[in-house]
Amino acid sequence: MQRSLLGRIWPNATAVVLFIGFVFPVYWMFNTAFKPNGDIISEDPVWFPDSPTLEHFSTAVHAENFWTLVRNSVTVTVLAVGLSLLVALFASFALARMRFKGRKGIVLTFMLAQMAPWEVMVIAIYMIVRDADMLNSLVPLTLFYTVMVLPLTIITLRGYVAAVPKDLEESAMVDGCTRFQAFRRVIFPLLAPGLMATSLFGFITAWNEFPMVLILNKDAEAQTLPLWLSKFQTAFGDDWGATMAAASLFAVPILLLFLYLQRKAVAGLTSGAVKG
Amino acid sequence: MSVQTREAPPRGKVSVRPAGSGGSAPGGGRGTGKGTLPYLLLLPALGLTAVLLGWPLVTNGMLSFQNLNMTQLIQHVTEWNGFANYTDTLTSDTFWRVTLRSVIFTVVNVVVIIVVGTLIGLLLARLGPKMRLLLSVGLVLAWAMPPIAGTTVYQWLFAQRFGVVNWVLAKIGFTSMADYNWTGSQLSTFFVVSLLIVWTSVPFVAINLYAATTTISRELYEAAALDGAGAWQSFKSVTFPFLKPFLMVATFLEVIWIFKAFPQVFAINEGGPDRLTETLPVYAFVEGVGNQHYGAGAAISVLTILILLALMSYYLRLVLRQEAEDDEAGESTTDRKKGERA
Repeated sequence: MQRSLLGRIWPNATAVVLFIGFVFPVYWMFNTAFKPNGDIISEDPVWFPDSPTLEHFSTAVHAENFWTLVRNSVTVTVLAVGLSLLVALFASFALARMRFKGRKGIVLTFMLAQMAPWEVMVIAIYMIVRDADMLNSLVPLTLFYTVMVLPLTIITLRGYVAAVPKDLEESAMVDGCTRFQAFRRVIFPLLAPGLMATSLFGFITAWNEFPMVLILNKDAEAQTLPLWLSKFQTAFGDDWGATMAAASLFAVPILLLFLYLQRKAVAGLTSGAVKG
Repeated sequence: MSVQTREAPPRGKVSVRPAGSGGSAPGGGRGTGKGTLPYLLLLPALGLTAVLLGWPLVTNGMLSFQNLNMTQLIQHVTEWNGFANYTDTLTSDTFWRVTLRSVIFTVVNVVVIIVVGTLIGLLLARLGPKMRLLLSVGLVLAWAMPPIAGTTVYQWLFAQRFGVVNWVLAKIGFTSMADYNWTGSQLSTFFVVSLLIVWTSVPFVAINLYAATTTISRELYEAAALDGAGAWQSFKSVTFPFLKPFLMVATFLEVIWIFKAFPQVFAINEGGPDRLTETLPVYAFVEGVGNQHYGAGAAISVLTILILLALMSYYLRLVLRQEAEDDEAGESTTDRKKGERA
């Protein structure tokens, strides 16, 4: 098929314009984070950081409690993702490989739970946590984040378990494996990529969570990074360089994870969440 | 399905099947779960969900029937006041104004996201491999950007002094925009919030839509071309029917996600100026937590949840119908289903 010159140029031209549009905010974050203050507060924007500096990163890292908050965020996220993967592994195996009464209903429950409006439930959650005298603790956060990411983890993993050929499991059992051994030695290794992709979603959700920590953990030392970042600009009096450095530090782990796992992520999302 | 009756029922929690006796019958059936094993496997997941999601939902309902302000909160007393919170909320102008605002906000954003996302998805399908990779990387970066990080970056882009957006607008002729305060008025604040939300949401639609187009067989286009169909004709009769199921699902997901969007709307200006950019979730938060009318806030959140539930049930009907079709088609031929996933 022969296309006219214009017909060949406009898609590429549009793609370049769109690429710039989508990347610019991310670029501008890093650009500002590396620019010296004089270049940030200038009448004409400095498009490239030609004299890069790490001073803003140093400001952000040396902000009060920064490392405590990093530890909080990492602890809460890793524990929540690990816990939900463990629980989801059992559940998704039952849902993918077994037929039993109420299976449809349970799948439906998890699909509903996946869309639970946590943002709107924070008042009730605040009351429960307050009555348990656990405000400013990481325990409720971890538990709630676990349940927050659990439904999608189950639904996605279920797709991956179903995709492992049943014959493999059966032949392992013919060869004398117990069902548990067959699961551990045959299915589990094949599931590893699926587990990676699934944990990515959990990781992102828990790492980014904002409304709940906003209401539950007001103590400066009990917060997580999203809450810290949302207040950074006010706390540092419009120090945009430091604010963008803080935003970069917070965003980089997620950006890298996402770029690395993008293909699997998209496949997992379409196979698990949108399709049965 | 008859196969499963021949299988030995698993015993105990992790099915300690004596070696040798296993050897389940080969065949197409996929059911092996009998007795209590599946329920035991599901118990932790269901239990956690019931306690940590179900209980807050019930609590939310109970709070909404209580007179619970700062005094009651400090004294730990429970004062039931019947439907007072609901009648107060439903008769207040503010609630209806905020609801209308939320609906308009959601509709505008979802329409823009679906239209732009579809166009970009179709563009991805048309591009060569190199350009497609380039655009995909851009989309994935925007998609992956954490909401709170995105919000701070947009605050900086649209900053009144030294913000790059104002500089560009002034340069291209809108000199009055040189020191424009974007968070100073309702409409301009919503513009920034919407741009931020569209920017992070479009990639999901575009990338998945592109993935869906790759499943369309080339032969269909060739057949359409043989029948003399033009570009628009073949889009309408070949591409669109393939994409329709995905677009339906994506539209509902976006409606739900945007209706309950909290971090971006709240963090950009805390619902300001003058509480004019509060959507329902932010309104519930500000009333309940900010102004310490916990009971009234709970009532607002129950009403918001009811609206969301109505949307979700519609969405679930869509998904379940697709799932049922899949099950019917995939019961015996699981291979085909796997093929679709790949």
